[in-house]
Amino acid sequence: MAALLNVPTSAKAGEIIEIKTLISHPMHTGYNRDDNGQPVPRDIIRLFTCRYDGAEVFRMELTQAIASNPFIVFSTIATASGPFLFEWTDDKGQVWRETATITVA
Amino acid sequence: MPETIAVLPSRRTCLAAGAGLLSLAMVRPARATPDAMAEAIRAFTGGDRVTVGRVTLDIPPLVENGNTVPLAVSVESPMTAADHVTAIAVFNEKNPQPNVATGYFGPRSGRAGFATRIRLADTQQVTAVARMSDGTFWSSTADVIVTLAACLEG
Repeated sequence: MAALLNVPTSAKAGEIIEIKTLISHPMHTGYNRDDNGQPVPRDIIRLFTCRYDGAEVFRMELTQAIASNPFIVFSTIATASGPFLFEWTDDKGQVWRETATITVA
Repeated sequence: MPETIAVLPSRRTCLAAGAGLLSLAMVRPARATPDAMAEAIRAFTGGDRVTVGRVTLDIPPLVENGNTVPLAVSVESPMTAADHVTAIAVFNEKNPQPNVATGYFGPRSGRAGFATRIRLADTQQVTAVARMSDGTFWSSTADVIVTLAACLEG
């Protein structure tokens, strides 16, 4: 699994910044069958969170209706220089974490 | 006439095709309905009144591939501690289940909205409902025509 992040490296304090995230995940709905006709069990990323400078700034609950390789765009206010922590959790309990750092002037 | 007979599918082929159709029918999940969507919206709002407005739902009116449909939703709000959007939930009528995604916001979000890519199993209505910090609910609905449905393809 790999995640792609698009986070500004610097911003002015108070500026609204846009963050784009993409993670590779099949997002099996549980409604399909594999090539041998066996049902593919449901396995989706069900939760995405973004923490910035220690506080949660955005959270999203996902369902089977989200396309494979979930792409999520959201905004936050640049408040202080510090880390972003992104976290994706799937049905199997697997968690992927990525970080990015912003410098706020 | 032998040529005509030769192109007709054999009994065996017909049976195989029939079996294939049957297994397809069995895989096909139950569909959500407009009632199921209304029920899911009630679960989100707790039965409170939903007013149409303030929410912008940006989704193409006609999509070729239901497996990946761009969706963006945003809400007019000052996003201050006193007046902000706390959550936006997106619902659909005819996917196997009515919920699509729910985003949670706070004053630090700056802007209330998110964008993602979704799957649509059929031509249907998509509704976004926003919950404000004052406890009111606002919504917007869009019609989407889907030519190739999601969920039943690989």
